[in-house]
This record gives sequence, C-alpha cells and structure tokens, in this order.
Amino acid sequence: MAGSGTSVEARAAALEEILVEKGYVDPAALDAIIATYEHDVGPRNGARVVARAWTDPGYRQRLLTDATPAIAELGFGGRQGEHMVAVENTPDEHHVVVCTLCSCYPWPVLGLPPTWYKSAAYRSRVVIDPRGVLADLGVTLPASTRIAVHDSTAEVRYLVVPMRPPGTDDLDEDALAELVTRDSMIGTGLARVPGEAS
Amino acid sequence: MNGAADLGGMMGFGPVVPEPEGELFHAEWERRVLAVTLAAGAMGRWTIDESRHVRESIPPAEYLTSSYYAIWLRGLEDLLVAHGLVSRDELAAGRAAGPGEPAKVLHAGDVAPALAAGTPYTREMATSARFAAGDRVRTRTMHPRGHTRLPRYARGHTGTVVAVRGGYVLPDRNAHGAGEQPEWLYTVRFDARELWGDDADPTSTVDIDAWESYLEP
Repeated sequence: MAGSGTSVEARAAALEEILVEKGYVDPAALDAIIATYEHDVGPRNGARVVARAWTDPGYRQRLLTDATPAIAELGFGGRQGEHMVAVENTPDEHHVVVCTLCSCYPWPVLGLPPTWYKSAAYRSRVVIDPRGVLADLGVTLPASTRIAVHDSTAEVRYLVVPMRPPGTDDLDEDALAELVTRDSMIGTGLARVPGEAS
Repeated sequence: MNGAADLGGMMGFGPVVPEPEGELFHAEWERRVLAVTLAAGAMGRWTIDESRHVRESIPPAEYLTSSYYAIWLRGLEDLLVAHGLVSRDELAAGRAAGPGEPAKVLHAGDVAPALAAGTPYTREMATSARFAAGDRVRTRTMHPRGHTRLPRYARGHTGTVVAVRGGYVLPDRNAHGAGEQPEWLYTVRFDARELWGDDADPTSTVDIDAWESYLEP
C-alpha cells in the first residue's frame, strides 16, 4: 500500500514504479537528470561568470546589460535560466534574491537551490527583515549599505555579482572563481578573501 | 490564491539554517522525486504554472509541515490524477493497474538537450508597454481564487517601475489552461516602509516582477 498513511519515501518509490510501468518515464532518464544536477550543473558555473566579470570589463558590461547571452558565452543556459538578470553588489547597494512564492532559482549558474533557500523561514522573512536574515547567515553590512531584495515572482532569474574581495589583484580568473561562493551569488554571503576557509 | 505558499512577511518560522554548498538532498527519495517530477513534466501535459498552482493548493496545514520534496511529490500525484494519467487507486495500491496511454517520453539521450534548451516564456507583444522605467505604479488589491504571482504583501502598494522586461506568458491564465495570454512584465521596486510600515529598514527595498494587469493606473 502506498496511500496517504504511508511514508513519503514509500509513496515516492511507488509513484516512480507506477510511472515506469505505465511507460511514462524512462528510468535511465531519471538517473541522467540526477547526475546532471549532482555533478555537472552547480554554483561553480556561476563562479566562472563572476570571475570573468571581475577580470574583463567588457564582459561585466555585457553581463549587467543583458545577462542571458553573456552567460551563454561561457556555455551556461537552459532550464530555469532562460531569462537571466545580473545585479552587482557595491559598497552602496547589496542585492539579495528570494522566491517567496516557491523556489525560483537560476539553475544553470547555481544548480539546485539549497534547502534553506526553499524554507519557510527564509522565504517569509528576507523580504521583511533582510538584515536579520543576513545576520542569521553571518553577514553584517554597514548601516549605510542599502539592501535591495529581489523577489523572483516571474520567470526572470537573478544572479548576484558579489564585490571582488580586497587583496586579489594578482589572482587569475581560476583563482578568483575559487573565492566565489554559492551564497555570495544569492546575496546571502560575501565572496571569500584569499586564505579564508571555504 | 491566498495559499500557504505565499509566505512573504509571515513570522514565527525561526532562524534561517545555513547548509554547506554541496548538500542538495537529504535522502535518496528526494533525488528520485526531483527526477520523476522533471521527467513527468517533460510529457508536456501541464505547464510550470499549473504545477505551481497544484502545490499552492495543498491545504496550508499540510503545506507548512511538509518538506520541500514532499510538496513536490504531493503536487505531482495531484497533477497525474487531474490529467487522468494515474488513478488514485493506483497510487493507493502502489502499482499500475494497466498500461499507460501513449505519451511523449523523455529518454536518457534527450535529457541534456532538453535541460539545455529550457522553456522560454517571452512572447512578442502586439501592443506597446503601458509603463516605462521611472513610472510610479500601484499594485492592484485582489484576492483571486486561482493562481497569481502577485504576493499578498505586495498588493495595493505604490512602487516605481525599474525595468521593462518584455512580453511574458501570464501565469494567472496559463495555470488554468486558458492559454498564454502574454502581457508586459515589469520589475517594480517598493520602499520597505511602503510595504511594512515605519518599523521597516529605511534603506531597504523589495523588487517584484509584475505583469501589466497587476498594475494601476
């Protein structure tokens, strides 16, 4: 039995079996989807985009003007990233992204969203108390920094370009990409400074 | 609709608990639900808007006590039943009672191209945009029983258009099988104090993406 009283795990297994038996899904396709998001598509993609923007002023301009083709230049695009907008953090303005209604997130550059991004705690509070949420996540910004929260209520997906950390003038693009964390591209974190633990 | 998914501004859920970057799933069944949901969606029987609507239609007490992928599982079960592809009896029995109907099946070799292609939601508009960047607009006060992407916290408030995004499929209609009915989409910025009152951080703003019919005048 896999009725409403059974565990979610049993219901998930039963549903998959039913769909395979009925010929609606191909088990090999399921494995390919999981492998894609566990191994191929994740925040290291977005880190490449940010590191390029930090080192190439022309690319930065293209990214901030029309992000979807700029991101496609590096080979990233597709599902849940069809319509990208990049927003750049500065000392004056800090961007934070949320989807209060569900879990919209730029998959091609960040992969699947973390659990906290989808949680009621984050979705409910970051729009009304962004500084409090940032504090939960260990980020304290100067009181003079404006916070711009972006609620992803349509099919536009937002990528935050964090500020380039100080002391990184000598680093190449690969080394810079290592400093770009997932959270810094959501706006709930900052890029790491060289030597800081990941 | 005013469902449990519309969480912005609610209180009492506690702190946000961070998680390491590589941690995407907490059980094997979560991986399977993600994949089954995407593969079943690729049959093309429903839109992303309809799938969001079934999730927001889960009774609030259940929605708020379900994990994320449990919400996806419940949503997928409901979609499959609503479209006549799987019966409640089959779900209860945990096995198929008979063969499926002919369907467009996503095969392993199609996964990479399908994910890379995505589904564009922009549409050419025959009319020109009613608003421009810099315009002051007010969101409508509305409480539709069906799907909408205008969160409750952002209804009936005055903000400024900061970007005109183009023509986009209108979820409010598309979720209910009424066609795409594309409209101009705008990013609208609200001062936090406009939304939340005098206690809000005076330096904060909240942007939403709003379709033209959400906006006045």
